[in-house]
Amino acid sequence: MTTSDTIHPELRHQQARADAVETFRYDNGIVRAFAIATVLWGIVGMTAGLLCAVQLFFPAANLDLQFVTFGRLRPVHTNAVIFAFVGNGMFMGIYYSLQRLCKARMFSDTLSWLNFWGWNAIIVSAAITLPLGFTTSKEYAELEWPIKTAIAVIWVAFVINLLGTIMKRREKHIYVAIWFYIATALTVAILHIVNGLEVPVTMWKGYSIYAGVQDALVQWWYGHNAVAFFLTTPYLGLMYYYLPKAANRPIYSYRLSIIHFWALIFIYIWAGPHHLLYTALPDWAQSLGMVFSIMLIAPSWGGMLNGLLTLRGAWDKVRQDPVLKFMVAAVTAYGMATLEGPALAVKTVNSLSHYTDWTIAHVHTGALGWNGLLTFGVLYWLFPRLYRTQLWSTKLANYHFWIALLGMVFYVIPMYIAGITEGMMWKQFTKEGFLQYPNFLETVRQIIPFYQLRAVGGTLYIGGAWLMAYNLWRTARAGAFAPEEEVQAVSYRSQPGAAGEAAFTHRWLESKPMLLTGAALVAVLIGGMIEIIPMIVVKENVPTISSVRPYTALELLGRDLYIREGCLACHSQMIRPFRSETERYGEYSKAGEFVYDHPFLWGSKRIGPDLHRVGGKYPEAWHYNHLDDPRSTSPGSIMPRYLWLLTQKLDTTSLPARISALRRVGVPYPPGYENKALEDLNQQAAKVVANLKTGQVKAQPDREIIAVIAYLQRLGTDIKLAPKTTADSGTGLRASN
Amino acid sequence: MIVILLLIPLSIMIAAIFLLAFIWAVRSGQYEDTSTPSMRLLLEENNTKKDKKENE
Repeated sequence: MTTSDTIHPELRHQQARADAVETFRYDNGIVRAFAIATVLWGIVGMTAGLLCAVQLFFPAANLDLQFVTFGRLRPVHTNAVIFAFVGNGMFMGIYYSLQRLCKARMFSDTLSWLNFWGWNAIIVSAAITLPLGFTTSKEYAELEWPIKTAIAVIWVAFVINLLGTIMKRREKHIYVAIWFYIATALTVAILHIVNGLEVPVTMWKGYSIYAGVQDALVQWWYGHNAVAFFLTTPYLGLMYYYLPKAANRPIYSYRLSIIHFWALIFIYIWAGPHHLLYTALPDWAQSLGMVFSIMLIAPSWGGMLNGLLTLRGAWDKVRQDPVLKFMVAAVTAYGMATLEGPALAVKTVNSLSHYTDWTIAHVHTGALGWNGLLTFGVLYWLFPRLYRTQLWSTKLANYHFWIALLGMVFYVIPMYIAGITEGMMWKQFTKEGFLQYPNFLETVRQIIPFYQLRAVGGTLYIGGAWLMAYNLWRTARAGAFAPEEEVQAVSYRSQPGAAGEAAFTHRWLESKPMLLTGAALVAVLIGGMIEIIPMIVVKENVPTISSVRPYTALELLGRDLYIREGCLACHSQMIRPFRSETERYGEYSKAGEFVYDHPFLWGSKRIGPDLHRVGGKYPEAWHYNHLDDPRSTSPGSIMPRYLWLLTQKLDTTSLPARISALRRVGVPYPPGYENKALEDLNQQAAKVVANLKTGQVKAQPDREIIAVIAYLQRLGTDIKLAPKTTADSGTGLRASN
Repeated sequence: MIVILLLIPLSIMIAAIFLLAFIWAVRSGQYEDTSTPSMRLLLEENNTKKDKKENE
């Protein structure tokens, strides 16, 4: 304040600096909230996974309750682990490190808590709706449109909070971790919105605006980048903050971290099609995905090496400190998963590995190893700091580490063996040129022991998580939590010699019109996309195979039940053009066959056989008995019983709305079909019942199972019809039997 | 496959946003110093006034 001329210039300089020191407070309350949520949801998500794992060798473990069958529980597990455990873990890590790296409190406390409560309310709603069967069926994007919309809103709140904090930072340099956070925030928003576009039908049902191949491509563009930008980039950001912190050493090469960041984000976004190798996707798109996947090795390993080399000369610390142990193992797992990923994206390898448990092994190296262990490491590091005390028991944390590692080994190795076994058995021919294992069940029985071992591994891993929860709880009890942490810092904007405040203000003003223009552009793009996408997408859905027709009313409802029960968790609907597959399942799948599939149901895993050509393969009565008790028709099957399909009445109330909604996305139902749909449905149901009767099964026409059977019998049959068949009388939809 | 006409521009748009961010970062001198940022991370605790407990 004193501006006397008598003061020596040097002293005045110092005075100015002292004046510029700002006192502010870090928000630790929000960090603690996310940390506790991380621990709780971690245990919930892993337990859901264990329940899934047990059902795969002991189907009766679902107690014949529809809400906890494998098909409905699997999305609970994946969503809980990805969005609840890793999601909260990411927010925990970001909210703590961002404030410190920016030397600023979070931009808005309101947004922080909106982020926390909104995100966790979304998770709770997921935990309720997914067991009820409200699902879009698109992997890692299963939540129906009201929840999906909420996710977009909460995510935007997070993005504003993140960018706002960066804007008001006191530290000029944006540390590499923050760049990773920015990449995450921005990309996830776009992916989520584009993949999630749906036409709502009822409160809990919508149809993807994309169909068939297009839906598949959009889904895996999203699905792959969800892994890239939800499970990888934010956690790399955390690695770049917490690993140096825990080791008390600077990152091995800051320069490498910058190169690795930019290379990673520029390459990652193009690799999505590797999820669809040898499917009905065009060849060039598959090759593009494959090439970019292989290129990814370089930036991925750049990150891993940077992490590991940070500890050069400090490996004695790793021996002592459980936090570092977790982090080292996590980074190693990251390196393994990112070498394996590109390998699996090579078409030759993929032809064997796809649809098998190899994929499951791969993702769990990532989930249990990279995300899980890194989260544990950060939690062990963070809790003592939040509570201003020591970790309650280092010994227990060390036990946790070894148990978790053992759990991983017991999980991943059996899954590798299972995956390769499946892949080879499915492809094995006899000398005479017949399939060696024509019965799919033989290949299932072969891998049951590995499913059992996997459950042991999962149990160990969860046991470790419980040890951690106890340890952290004791740590919290021993310490004293302060929700606010007071700090002082000088803003780079007020530092003499630097750009200076005036210059900053100027630049700030200058940047505002740019900012507004940018925001307007984004808004216009989103608005335009919502308008334009349905149009181009609908246009494309002109059938290329003239005999392919939309599903009838009954088949459509059956299909929606197939989605509700999560059948696609175990059954693919995509026969690849290999002799081993065409021998087993029939003619390979053509892109043109899926033009009315909203959403596509290709699946990604064959725990059971492919169903694309199941239509007409068995009589109706076989399906009825099989759904009633799979063991009665297929001894040794691990499929759950679907008893409720036999008893529950088919809900036809929203049928006209469903027909209209599908018409809006381009399915050519004849005008007025929605009014005749129920009548048509009853006619077809009567036929199914009549066919069931010839197979000695007495069933009522108004039950859900009738619709499911009608759908299964329709699957993949259109192509077998003569293209000229213009169907029977009224609707033109019915596939003549 | 026309949807690819949407996905490719979208991907390019994301990449373009990052490219602009990259150009900004280089131009504004973010990467002039690639050694101290990694050290500064470790020093931040010094700014913390310890044991000032405050409750909301």
